[in-house]
Parts: sequence; structure tokens; C-alpha cells
Amino acid sequence: MYLCLVFLPLMGSLLTLTFGRFLGFRGAALLTTSCTFTAFVLSCVAFYEVALCASPCYIKLAPWFETELFDASWGFMFDTLTVVMLIVVTSVSTLVHLYSISYMAGDPHIPRFMSYLSVFTFFMLMLVTADNFVQLFFGWEGVGLASYLLINFWFTRLQANKAAIKAMMVNRVGDVGLALGIFGIFYFYKTTDYLTVFASTPTLMEASRPTMILLNMEVDALDAICILLFIGAVGKSAQLGLHTWLPDAMEGPTPVSALIHAATMVTAGVFLISRCSPVFEYAPTALVVVTFGGAMTCFFAATTGVVQNDLKRVIAYSTCSQLGYMIFACGLSNYSVGVFHLMNHAFFKALLFLGAGSVIHALADEQNMLKMGGVAKAIPFTYSMMFIGSLSLAGIPFLTGFYSKDVILEVAYAKYTIAGNFAYLLGSLCVAFTSYYSFRLLILTFLTPTQAHKSAIKVVEEASLLMSIPLVILAFGSIFVGYTFKDAFIGLGTNFWNNALFTLPQNTNLLESEYIPQASKMLPLVSIFLGAILALIINYTSPGISNILKTSTNGRLLYIFLNKRWLVDKVYNDVIGYPALKLGYHTTFKAIDKGILELIGPLGISKTVATLIVKLSRIQSGFVYHYAVIMLGGIVLLVAFSQIGVNFDLRLALIWLCAMWVF
Amino acid sequence: MQIQSLTFSSILFLIGLTGIYLNRKSVILLLMSIELLLLAVNLNFLMFSATSEDIVGEVFALFVLTVAAAEAAIGLALLVIYYRVRGSISIEFVSLLKS
Repeated sequence: MYLCLVFLPLMGSLLTLTFGRFLGFRGAALLTTSCTFTAFVLSCVAFYEVALCASPCYIKLAPWFETELFDASWGFMFDTLTVVMLIVVTSVSTLVHLYSISYMAGDPHIPRFMSYLSVFTFFMLMLVTADNFVQLFFGWEGVGLASYLLINFWFTRLQANKAAIKAMMVNRVGDVGLALGIFGIFYFYKTTDYLTVFASTPTLMEASRPTMILLNMEVDALDAICILLFIGAVGKSAQLGLHTWLPDAMEGPTPVSALIHAATMVTAGVFLISRCSPVFEYAPTALVVVTFGGAMTCFFAATTGVVQNDLKRVIAYSTCSQLGYMIFACGLSNYSVGVFHLMNHAFFKALLFLGAGSVIHALADEQNMLKMGGVAKAIPFTYSMMFIGSLSLAGIPFLTGFYSKDVILEVAYAKYTIAGNFAYLLGSLCVAFTSYYSFRLLILTFLTPTQAHKSAIKVVEEASLLMSIPLVILAFGSIFVGYTFKDAFIGLGTNFWNNALFTLPQNTNLLESEYIPQASKMLPLVSIFLGAILALIINYTSPGISNILKTSTNGRLLYIFLNKRWLVDKVYNDVIGYPALKLGYHTTFKAIDKGILELIGPLGISKTVATLIVKLSRIQSGFVYHYAVIMLGGIVLLVAFSQIGVNFDLRLALIWLCAMWVF
Repeated sequence: MQIQSLTFSSILFLIGLTGIYLNRKSVILLLMSIELLLLAVNLNFLMFSATSEDIVGEVFALFVLTVAAAEAAIGLALLVIYYRVRGSISIEFVSLLKS
């Protein structure tokens, strides 16, 4: 059952890829969706068995590498963390499959699309079920590959190609970090197996605190390994520094965005940190780095999301921001809270993306929010779904988002460290931003007087049944999941995790977070309503204010700064991308490859030989006396060399000199 | 006595060589220089034959004489033919076999 769960999506994908032509549109969709759905049902069973009945499952399938010291096997480990991820991945994936049937109807390449979706799911399942770092890396690279294929699904579009390459390349930067981290783990632990690594961290690494040489500096090995793993997470989870690929990945079809941004790819970074929690716990410096990285991402993405005008891009930045929350929750040693937010976020973000897809579908593929508006009456169902999703994202009390987000901020406050306070401050600020852009999205899309073309408005119609069903299910998830699983995931003294997550006793602060001052608990709640009211005023009741804000000198500068995503892309292009290309072309290619190496290599030698030969043959002038001179010189040289070998006599040198003079 | 005659033959040989190299004018001078070379060599042979009291040197000198005579004959014949073709015996313009 456990193996079926992992390999069913692969089977569906391969069958569809191979026989898609014969299966047809309906067949391909049916096959992949039913495979994924079966995987979801099996995941539910696994969740019951592993998480609720507390019986983890370990499967060694086959050896992969077996050399003297190094062995990696195809093994699967199902503990609570894994089955939680399984539920998230397979449920959202199933719904996305279902949604895509209707959303992509009319596209000539549905079998290919369905196959890619399934293979993405498969790689994600491999990632979360792996029992060693090498297999995790397999899944890690696999989702990168699948994301490339999916973002680039409409491969005739230049922007899609560029976005896909960017996603692939930026992810690779993080993957290098992850690979280095795994090398480090193998170097110090002599294994990549999770259980061995986790079990030996306290005794092997904490007791002796070994150091390693990194960039010519001696650093603490555990901290270095954890920071390298975090760099991997930065790439995959689009944290500040390597976040630039995520908004551009919106070029893919909307269900792809839902899959990548809600449930699967971006959560891999959070999953990695949670999975490695027994290692991270012993690396306090790395935890601080993780906290700061997450908090800054959270703030950056939230401020940027506030002024984006592309419907999908707003949601993409909110993903980025929410991932920041999860990461800093992990950085504050509250892995369970991070994973809880991950699960909740998967539901409401998938809902938002699929709802956005529904809107875009209804409005003739218009993505710009400034060209929408006023369709609440035309598509009330989609509006209500988006409303639920946005409220949940903003963290309105008693919806899913509230339960995890508030706890994250509370544990941040209760940490009483610089990193904790920093995270609390930025996180609380971001709550207001989150609420602002969620409501701005709703207002601009559904409530303001319409800006869309009459032709588009005339044909606006509600989402089809196949698109509605996933929305309804996700809406139910967005309302109830948080409340249902709160006690299991982050309840005090819960034994739900069964040691899948590990927190050092001195780092635990879930209990303290219950006793923080009332004002600090209320601040996020107040921020939510503040943001909502601001959004209402600026965008709906008196849009003149936003105009004044945007056109004033300083306001305009700020607006451009935020709208252009803090100019990070510009800086990357100008400081890294373009100089790197220039270096590659002018220095490496033209100066070294085609320059120096050619000069001392083939071209240089052939040219030298050619000129030398011309010069040598010019000696044969045709004049007899020239030949005679050369003959004499040759004889003199021969005699000279034969004499040098035997015995060198000064008198002989005199004779040679005489001969040379005659010469 | 021996050293002097060796020096003399060496100088003679060098004069012959110089004649070959510095000569720009005529093929006849070239042939004469070669004759001078052979003469120097012959003198050397005879000198060594006398001092080492061995007759082989003299035999060899005789052979060289005949060879020199034959060579001079062939060389002069070539010269005559060359003159017939070119109308001049200057070697300044003998450069048909350039590279």
C-alpha cells in the first residue's frame, strides 16, 4: 500500500506520456486523476495508521549505491511528518488534476500536461517519503525538473521559456547548497541515512563540535551543514535572495501555479528544515540565520505584494511571504507550528490560485487586476470562494489561517531573543500587509466598477462543475482544517508527531507563548482589521487617495520601488547576470578559450610552423655559394657537437672561432 | 717540420674554402678553389704518410690525384656546356633551383 501510494502517480504519468495519443483527452485526464486520487485515498489510510495509530512504517526497497563506505538505498520512511506532507500533496494534487480537466479543455496537449502534473506529484512524494538524503535529493531535483516542464508547458511563448529557465537556474543555485550540505553530512556522519544521522547528532557532533574549513575559514561543522541545507531551502522555498524565480513562474497555466505554490514545490524547503530538525536543534547559529532569512522574506514579499497589479503575482508574493512565516517558525525551533502553517497554507493558497484561475478563465484570460472589477454579481460562486480564501489568508479568527499564523507570531514573541523579536515585529507588520493585499485583490477584482471590455463582461460565466468541485472542497479545507487539526499538531503535549520533529527542551516555548501579554496577542488581530479597512478606503470608497499617494513625489518613488519588487531583479541582472555573461563571453570565451588556449594550442602552432617553414625554405636561395656556406657551417657544427661530447678543448674552440670567422 | 707543413696545408685548405665562399664571379674560380682544396688534402696525406712511415697515405694521394683529374675534366665539360647554353660563366645568376 505504501509503495503504491508513491508509485501510482508515476505509473499514471508514464502511461499517459507513452499512450496519451491513444488514451485521448478524456482518457489521459481520467487515468492520471484516478491514479492521483487513489494515492490520496491511500495517503488517508497511511495517515490513519502512521499518525493516528502511531505506527511508523519503514520500507527498504532496493540498494542504490553500495560501495565500501557509502551506501544509499531506495528506502521509504513514513512517519508523521511524511504522512502530513502526503495528505497535503496528494489532496491538492488530486484537486488540481480535477480542476485542470476543465480549465485546460480545448488545449491540444492535455495528455502531456496531465503527465507532467502526475510526474510532479511523484517526485514530490519521493521527496517527502525518502529515508536518506540522497533520495531526498532525487525528489528535490525531480520537482525542479517537473516545474521546468510545467512552467514551460506553453513552450511557444518566449516569456514562458525564460521563466522556466529562470526557475530552473535559480533553483540550481540553492541545490548546490543542498548538495554541499549533503556532502558535509556524509563527511562527518559517514552516512546519509536519516535515522543514523539524527541519532548520532547529539553524541557524535554535539559532544565534540567538529569544525570544517569552508571558504578558507574554520567554521563549526554543524552550523555550516545546517546553513548549507538552508541555502537549499532558500532556493526551493523562494526565500529572500533566491526568490526571484517564483513570481516569474506565473507564466505557467494557473493549475500549475496552484500546485507549485500551494502544496508542493515551495513547501519542500520547510519540509527539509523540519525533517532535519534533530540536526538544526544543535546548530543555534544556523537557527538564527534561518529566522532572520524567513522574517526578511516575509516582510519583503508582503510589501511587494501590496502594489502588484497582476492577479497571480499578488498571490505569488503572498506565497513567498507565508513561506517566510513558516521558515522563521522553524528557525525559532517550532517546527510543528511551521508544518501546521504549511498544511493550512496549502489549502487556502490552492483555493486562491484555483479561484484566480476561475476568474481569469471567466474574463477571457485577463490577468491584470486593474482591468477587472465588478464581476461579483456575475460570478458569485467564484467570488465567495475567493472571499473565503482571502479571509483565511489574512488570518480572520476561526478560519484556517488564523490558527497557525497567530501561533507563529506568539512563539516568536515568547522567544525573547533578538531574532525572535525581529521576527515578531516584521511578522506583525506583515499581517497588516497581508490583509491589505488580500482585500485589495478582492475589491479590485470583484467590487469596484468594472474596467473590463464589454465583450469580456458579456460572456462572463461561472466556473464549470469540474472546476467548482475542487474549489468547494478546498474552501471547506480553508475553513475547517485549522480548527480540526490544531490540537493534534500544536496542542500542548501532543504526541501526534511521534518524534518525527525534535525540539530541544530549552528551545521549547509553546507553553510560554500562551502567557505573553494580551497586547502582543491582540496586535496581529488589530493589524488584520487595520489592513482590511485601509484596503477598503484606498481602493473602494475613495480611490482618489491612492491616486494622490501614487502621484506624489515620494509616494511615486516608493510605489515604483515596491512595484518593481525592491529592484532586486534589476540589481541581479545588472550586478550578477550581465557581468557574468560578459565575463563568460569576453574573458572566458574570447580571451581564454579562443585567445590564449588557441594561441598556444592548434592555431598558434600551425601558424608558427607555417611561417618557420617559409623562412627555412628561403635559406635555399639557389646560389651555389650559399649552399657551400651552409655545408661548411653544418660540418663545423657536427664536429663541434661531436667534440663537446668527447672532450672540450679550448684550442678546439679557437679553431671553431676561426671557422666561424671564415663563415 | 711536421707542424709547419700541417699549418701550411690547413691554410691552403682555408684559402680554398674562402675561394669557394667569396667567389661571386666565375665557375672557373670555383673549380680552381676545389682543386686547391684537393691539393691541400693531398699534401696532408703525403705529410702524414711520411711522418707515420706508412705507404697507404701515398697510395691514397695517388688515388686523389686521379679523382681530382677526372673531376676537373667533368667539371670543365659541364662548364663548357653551361657556357654554350647561357653564354656566361658567372655564378651570380645560377639560382634556378630556388626553394
